[in-house]
Amino acid sequence: MNLWFWILLAVAAAYAIKLSGYLLPRKLLDRPVVIRLATGLTVGLLASLTILNTVGKGQAIVLDSRLFALGAAAIALSLKAPYLVVVLMGAIAAALGRLAGLP
Amino acid sequence: MAAFTPATRMGLSIAAAVGVYGVSFGALSTGSGLSVLQTCALSLLMFTGGSQFAFIGVIGGGGTGAAAWAAATLLGARNGVYAMSLKTLIEPPGPLVPLMAHLTIDESTATATAQTDHDERVRGFWTAGIGIYVLWNASTLVGALAGDAIGDPRRWGLDGAAVAAFLGLLWPRLTGRDPVALAVVSALVTVIVLPIVPPGIPVLVAAGATALWWAWQQRRAAAR
Repeated sequence: MNLWFWILLAVAAAYAIKLSGYLLPRKLLDRPVVIRLATGLTVGLLASLTILNTVGKGQAIVLDSRLFALGAAAIALSLKAPYLVVVLMGAIAAALGRLAGLP
Repeated sequence: MAAFTPATRMGLSIAAAVGVYGVSFGALSTGSGLSVLQTCALSLLMFTGGSQFAFIGVIGGGGTGAAAWAAATLLGARNGVYAMSLKTLIEPPGPLVPLMAHLTIDESTATATAQTDHDERVRGFWTAGIGIYVLWNASTLVGALAGDAIGDPRRWGLDGAAVAAFLGLLWPRLTGRDPVALAVVSALVTVIVLPIVPPGIPVLVAAGATALWWAWQQRRAAAR
């Protein structure tokens, strides 16, 4: 139930942000400051989430088969593979690592 | 008359390419501990892929609902900027604004801004927006049901799929030295603070660090 509360709050916030771009006066959002901040936040958060999902486990850093997934995804992306293929390569690399008995 | 214009063709291709990866979102979400209903609610109501992945990524990592909310919301900030540029480009009629807002995401914005005339921009926006909405939600449900059925998600490498999913979202944004440096700083900060602060918070600290880095860049550029 508690999770539902945060889901709905996040949903409301996401919509409010989208709507605000149409409703707020342009001057406020048109500043390069705001645009660069949004770009910076996006890159920073995605980089953080990538590494977190690669080595994070609660509050510990754990090196396991997810590192293969990171490598496989990077190779797929540099070969310009479609997104779904990239995700699949990540899954396959991690699954193969586990099949080989690695953590 | 031609049924397809360049904008609608582009919108449909993007929808087909992007819509299907709702499968990975659905599977990862149930793997992170959300119910099928909660997973579908995120796709139907939040409808912004990066934020949805961020939300379940934090929950899956053991973070609190509040931390998941904060990460998803910060990642959604760019949609406000998209909305602003679409407002300028398309000048939508008032009654359509609430619906347009819901469909304002990376891909619909990209499709609209890639066109050169007004009507094509409008067609591009709606084709990509509605196309992705339909496919994304359908494929989310498929992924959620499949993810629910397969049992231990780690054995199937689903945690590896999450890593690849985030890298895939990040990759196209690494266009030049600045974004790469930003990504590296953010990743380093994340790893450093990970053992010190509660789960879910490292992402927010990293976002704070990137914002500071950006401010420093601004000052340096202004001083020149």
